[in-house]
Amino acid sequence: MDAGFTRPVARITGVSHRYGATTALGNVSLELPSGRMIGLIGPDGAGKSTLLGLIAGARKLQAGSVDVFDGSMGSAGHRRAVCTRIAYMPQGLGKNLYQEISVAENLSFFGTLFGLSASEREARIRKLTAATRLLPFLDRPAGKLSGGMKQKLGLCCALIHDPDLLILDEPTTGVDPLSRRQFWELIANLRRERPSMTVLVSTAYIDEAAHCDWLVAMDHGHVLASATIEELRSKTGAQDLDAVFIALQHGGTSTHEQLVIPPRQASTQAPVIVAKDLTARFGTFTAVDRVSFAIERGEIFGFLGSNGCGKTTTMKMLTGLLAPSEGMAEVYGQPVDANDLSVRRRVGFMTQAFSLYGELTVRDNLMLHARLFHLGEQKSTQRTEQLITEIGLSEYADAKATSLPLGLRQRLSLAVAIVHDPELLILDEPTSGVDPQARDEFWRILVDLSRNKGVTIFVSTHFMNEAMRCDRISLMHAGRVLVCDTPTRVIEAEGARDLEDAFVSCIEEAESQAAGSAASAPAPVVPLTASAAAGSDQTRHLPPFMPIRRLLAYTRCETRTLLRDPVRLAFAFLGSFLMLLIFGYGVSSDVSNLSYAAFDQDNTPESRAYLANFSSSRYFTEKSPIRSSDEMEARMKSNDITLAIEIPSGFGRLVKRGSDWQVSAWIDGANTSRASTIEGYVQAAHNLFAEQRSRESSSAVATGPSTTILVRNRYNPTGESIYAIGPSVPAMLLMLFLAILTAVSVARDKEIGTIANFYATPVTRLEYLLGKQLPYIGIGMINFLIMTATVLFLFGVPLKGSAITLAMGTVVYAAAATGYGLFISSFTSSQVAAIFAAAVLSMLPTMQFSGMMQPVSTLEGGARLMGSMWPTTYYMHMSVGAFTKGLSFTDMQTDLLSLIAFPLVFVTFSVLLLKKQEK
Amino acid sequence: MPSLINIWWLGTKELKELIKDVTMMLFIVWSLGVSVYTQASGSGETVNNAAIAIIDEDQSQLSRSIIDLFYPPYFQKVQTISAAEIDRAMDKGQFTFIVEIPPRFEADTRVGKNAEIHVSADATAVQQAGIGTGYIQNIISQEVTRYRQEMQSYRGLDSTLAKRRAFNPNGTLAWFSALVALTDQLSMLMIILTGAALLREREHGTIEHLLVMPLRASEIALAKVWANGLAIMVAFTLSLLLVVQGALHVPIAGSRPLLLLGSAVYICAAASIGILLGTIARTMAQFALLMMMSVMPMMMLSGGISPVESQPQWVQYLTWFFPSRHYISFMQGIAYRGADFSMVWRDFVTMLGMGVSFLTVSLLLFRRSLAG
Repeated sequence: MDAGFTRPVARITGVSHRYGATTALGNVSLELPSGRMIGLIGPDGAGKSTLLGLIAGARKLQAGSVDVFDGSMGSAGHRRAVCTRIAYMPQGLGKNLYQEISVAENLSFFGTLFGLSASEREARIRKLTAATRLLPFLDRPAGKLSGGMKQKLGLCCALIHDPDLLILDEPTTGVDPLSRRQFWELIANLRRERPSMTVLVSTAYIDEAAHCDWLVAMDHGHVLASATIEELRSKTGAQDLDAVFIALQHGGTSTHEQLVIPPRQASTQAPVIVAKDLTARFGTFTAVDRVSFAIERGEIFGFLGSNGCGKTTTMKMLTGLLAPSEGMAEVYGQPVDANDLSVRRRVGFMTQAFSLYGELTVRDNLMLHARLFHLGEQKSTQRTEQLITEIGLSEYADAKATSLPLGLRQRLSLAVAIVHDPELLILDEPTSGVDPQARDEFWRILVDLSRNKGVTIFVSTHFMNEAMRCDRISLMHAGRVLVCDTPTRVIEAEGARDLEDAFVSCIEEAESQAAGSAASAPAPVVPLTASAAAGSDQTRHLPPFMPIRRLLAYTRCETRTLLRDPVRLAFAFLGSFLMLLIFGYGVSSDVSNLSYAAFDQDNTPESRAYLANFSSSRYFTEKSPIRSSDEMEARMKSNDITLAIEIPSGFGRLVKRGSDWQVSAWIDGANTSRASTIEGYVQAAHNLFAEQRSRESSSAVATGPSTTILVRNRYNPTGESIYAIGPSVPAMLLMLFLAILTAVSVARDKEIGTIANFYATPVTRLEYLLGKQLPYIGIGMINFLIMTATVLFLFGVPLKGSAITLAMGTVVYAAAATGYGLFISSFTSSQVAAIFAAAVLSMLPTMQFSGMMQPVSTLEGGARLMGSMWPTTYYMHMSVGAFTKGLSFTDMQTDLLSLIAFPLVFVTFSVLLLKKQEK
Repeated sequence: MPSLINIWWLGTKELKELIKDVTMMLFIVWSLGVSVYTQASGSGETVNNAAIAIIDEDQSQLSRSIIDLFYPPYFQKVQTISAAEIDRAMDKGQFTFIVEIPPRFEADTRVGKNAEIHVSADATAVQQAGIGTGYIQNIISQEVTRYRQEMQSYRGLDSTLAKRRAFNPNGTLAWFSALVALTDQLSMLMIILTGAALLREREHGTIEHLLVMPLRASEIALAKVWANGLAIMVAFTLSLLLVVQGALHVPIAGSRPLLLLGSAVYICAAASIGILLGTIARTMAQFALLMMMSVMPMMMLSGGISPVESQPQWVQYLTWFFPSRHYISFMQGIAYRGADFSMVWRDFVTMLGMGVSFLTVSLLLFRRSLAG
């Protein structure tokens, strides 16, 4: 262990990191001692997350060097070697968890990635969940856990492989005080069991830094200090950690101004908000249970409670976003009505998530909202400029909203919420994740609004020091309000030291009442680490076939996620069946019921006989005859008729005489290929008449039969479209459905943040991609079975050729389609972009250039090229061949071989384009 | 009035965001530029470059003169094969047509004896086989007639069928496929653009933010329709001028303003479908599937790929609800037949009606969907 102290766990030298034009880290050098609990503190945008990501190897190093466990994290080989010793839990509530799958499945997934055998996994999962009290929830989907439980699960997932370095990025942000307390207790137990493990944790709560024995203070991408707490205290001469940090920030002297809140004058007016027995039910679950309160004008009302206790739901009911199941909410003496816009003009609202338009500038955002509140052009400009100065955003007025640090963004959100001078402000966790100083700035504005402008403020928060600033607070738990009073009286009533203690004891009381005495028993002391007893430094033996195991872990995870989304599954299977049905019956190039009219200027038995060939045909439907050439033109223009047969006067005489005669057919050429088909029909009808006449004609020198041309339509004797369409539509559907589903699945990982698991675990790019791909190939095969059955039994198209070869081709084709999806997702970062790219780029070659309606050989230029470089062409050829031509394996092997190239190329490109580290 | 102001400002926001989104702009250019061009120019003729083989068992002057009549661009260079190879070559899909000229064909023809020529067509390519065999039959019988007349052995009736194509005299396929391509791309772009814009607002929480302001759901939806619609309308006009008329040389017979007006109505109708799908779907993945299930039938069954009249009656009832079906009919009317408003008003009013009803339904569903 002594060696651990002399050898730092991580050595960072001259590291700089930039995102576009912003510098996140500027030439940082730092040594982190091993076997310590290291806290990383600093305001938003200080570079904490970036630094943690670099140490974990999840982020790509731009400049400088990071050595972890005596090796450079710049080298891929070293990263692979040490990543089993590191655990990384990224920022955000349960961000790296798979929300749809259960607690046990999540844990098992991580266990498999790190090479734990089934029995090891089982044992670890039991142990970890017992210690974190998650054991009763093993089968619950992660998305249904409360915020605090999600963080505990995240910790369990990080601990499953017993790491030597545990990196936690703001693990307690947005978590209620009780869960936070439990979380830190867990970490403390962990440290006691395995002192050699290094814990590196960043936090926005400075008071939490007290749990650490070594602190790294950061600001503006620079390290201000890195030392033990005692050293820092003596260096700055401050005791309070907040003061220590602020002193460090200002070069050693404390200049921090305490926020003082002037007392509130009691109001005699009627309350602004009244809630009476407000209840919200979602199915059988009661989210808010008979909540009542009244808030006076000018009051700052704090709304506290554990995660998922119903705070946001209550606020939604107050703003009219959600209709209460029971009870009522009144604002300004009027019941909240979603359709009453006049109340909304008096209310400002700030939602939990950042909800401004990121691509617009600060000024544009403010102007937009001012205009939407109809302030008038001049007033809007005035108000915008005034708020920009008041809120302190002058420097950033023309910056994009997304480019602002979190603290400033929240201030902008507030500015937007008060742009129309509302009398009531409803704020849902406005300061979550914001650093202490920025929070103080934020509250300064709130206090000014309340005290000087008489604005009533309804605010929810997890910060106890913020709650202390409220005139009154109410504490909510499991949908019910437990207390509602001034903060000091709440503390007195509970007989607690401070508000946090009061909060914790209040909730614990409520829980023990609800669940009997069992739940309130102290957490059982169960060892969390595998090697606690055996001592550290034992090397684990990895089970064989690790790549396959990791790959299958991803497959299992994806499959389970899919199985839990019945809507997507139904669409995937039923959708393709329905499409096949519609296309099978609907797409037909046979021209029938063609409307035509005769322009018979002759009107003799001969002309009528000529026309009879048309009226008796199933292809033609006769319309009223045409009387003039003007009429003919007009009726063609208005699409009343598609074909006009013009018989000149004197036709009958000529035919009888046996002289040369002529008939004109006018065909609507607007739909070109249909016009060609019609030409064929007309010619056939004409020839029929001509032949009859020539046989009857006496003027023929030789009356011997003329040449007969026998046409044989091979493979499709009746020439019905279904024989061609039936086998080709599945090829089209498989391609489009599979490509989009796969592309969205990977893009979703990126958008939601679960891609972090790929960055920080030993899984390779190929394993990740193939693992993601497999379930969709499976969907493709099931789809193939459904569609083949439909074609065989419903459409009655027999499968004459080798079914086995076709099935083999389908596997390869499904791999190509999903491979294309992977390829698309490797360069798109959002789901929208993935859908767009997958659809826009693949629809044309699949539907038009793959030979469904027109053989690829008849295409020209770019279309020909696109067609021959697209897998659907080869598969459609195979499918049509196998069904109608009865092809065997040897006949289809050329197509099969060409097809195999596609998944190989697509997956290779995806592997090359996918980054194993974040930028 | 205040409502209109809200719609206006919300729409400008939408446009500002769209213009800054480079990826979306690239996709629009790709769709209405590159895609339309390749689809229209690439489709050649229905019978184009067809692979043909001849089994010449006669080896006479007549048989050779028949062979010489099959030339590009309709047919590829004629391949001569033996009778034994027919099945194999057809199975492999080497040839679409095989013409078999029997022995003593010339001799029989000369003396007026019955002679049979067999034409085999690969009917898995239904349309090409149908039209192609028609061509081949004509070519052969004309040549035979010419030969007989030359031999003075036969004097049949000389009958002519003068086939004239109205509106597209040369039967240039690109004329038709250009408009179909435009419709396909318009449908896809509008549906994805508006639907995804709505879903994105919901996923990012901005929609709740908008709904707590004095705004109506209808205003938010309408703003999306006009803003995205305007952007696409501009792109469409450019595509019509530069790609369809400029690069593809497709003449527009009717009134251009009327064509643009109808396109604007169609764009709104397609945007309403997008809004409707965006309202129904809960996640992007669901939206993607819904989008596929509505865009694909619109592309396949609106008359662009196969004529609407050929569909069975029940499918025709179904496709009547596709605004794209009416739009293609409207466009054909104006662009080719030179129809005026009195001739296309039915399509116009149907599209308008559909746009309004889809939008109304989605607005009704919209607020309800937010509650969950």
